[in-house]
Amino acid sequence: MSSRTPKPYDDIPGTIIFDADMAHRGYHLNQFALSLMKAPNRERFKANERAYLDEWAMSEEQKQAVLARDYNRMMQLGGNVYFLAKIFSTDGLSFQHAAATMTGMTQQEYAQMMLDGGRKPEGNLYKKESS
Amino acid sequence: MAKVSAGVATSHVPAIGAAIDLGKTQEPYWQPLFQGYEYVKAWIKEQKPDVIFLVYNDHATAFDMDFIPTFAIGCADEFKPADEGWGPRPVPTVKGHPELAAHIAQELIQSNFDLTFIHKMDVDHGLTVPLSLVFGQVEEWPCLIIPFAVNVVLYPPPSGQRCYDLGKALRKAIESFPEDLNVQVWGTGGMSHQLQGPRAGLINKEFDNNFLDRLIDDAEELAKVPHINYVREAGSEGVELVMWLIMRGALDDEIEVKQRFYHVPASNTAVGHLVLENKG
Repeated sequence: MSSRTPKPYDDIPGTIIFDADMAHRGYHLNQFALSLMKAPNRERFKANERAYLDEWAMSEEQKQAVLARDYNRMMQLGGNVYFLAKIFSTDGLSFQHAAATMTGMTQQEYAQMMLDGGRKPEGNLYKKESS
Repeated sequence: MAKVSAGVATSHVPAIGAAIDLGKTQEPYWQPLFQGYEYVKAWIKEQKPDVIFLVYNDHATAFDMDFIPTFAIGCADEFKPADEGWGPRPVPTVKGHPELAAHIAQELIQSNFDLTFIHKMDVDHGLTVPLSLVFGQVEEWPCLIIPFAVNVVLYPPPSGQRCYDLGKALRKAIESFPEDLNVQVWGTGGMSHQLQGPRAGLINKEFDNNFLDRLIDDAEELAKVPHINYVREAGSEGVELVMWLIMRGALDDEIEVKQRFYHVPASNTAVGHLVLENKG
């Protein structure tokens, strides 16, 4: 993993800011995800995910994260949520469903949290104050 | 001469577009949200703008990772609704105003705002959801639209100050165009939301309402708020709100607030909406 300079947003809990360092790290992962906007690519990906992934210059870690649909891991490896959205759209899943998986909640629990006004800022703005 | 008469701000959540397209606007989940847009739907019919300068962001649709422009102006005759992975939204093609766009590009670049030119681009929900919210389901959009794409996907986006200053220069540019045109400037995106990571679902009502207050009557100072405050307090995607400062910069210092609306949630997001008129 390439090095990066410390950033002022490193102390925001549960958040990866998609900056130029992350964009560099995730270039091939994100371009793969974007390729799924085209229906023929989606079909080929669904037919054999591993074979389709092997067409891209992604790291093995990135490929494993995609196969496992581990979105937090994909973002640690340079994925951006708007690009990764093409993967969960291919799976027929909504943004809310995907967001829920990143929080460890069920979609129902997550949707209820949103109906109740969303995740509160209290305790969630600085790593030092979050559990 | 062309004149900037009013500004509209609104969130551009994709699920709102889906609710409109699928006829769900009167369902209990969505009804309170669409209620907040009844005013603007009547207002726009009286205002009859000729052109909307629509500030929005592309969501990994037109721009892939190869090129990401910070500010890009749409100079084409038309822009098609994009296929974002589930087919294009069933909305009309967006008709541009290439002459006014060329004039704005000329003026802004000469005023030190270095824009990227776009001559072919499909437009995603960031642009079409605000149009649907204001105009409803129509056969043709009733005015011309200049898309103005701001990078808020790859950090850092332009600063709030830069956006506000660009808005001020934009107004001068528009109002030096010789044709008599009624022009509106729209700012879209926000409000607080985070779509990623264990902190997904963050909503900050206090931040949002403070932002709305200050956008109305303390914009000069609001423009100075650094990015870190947005991403920390309004979520990683809440930084989209800097786009509203372009709209605000293009209006008078003192404006008339015709509508103010705030609602939580639309899917993952807090929805904010303003209708602002110049007094002059």
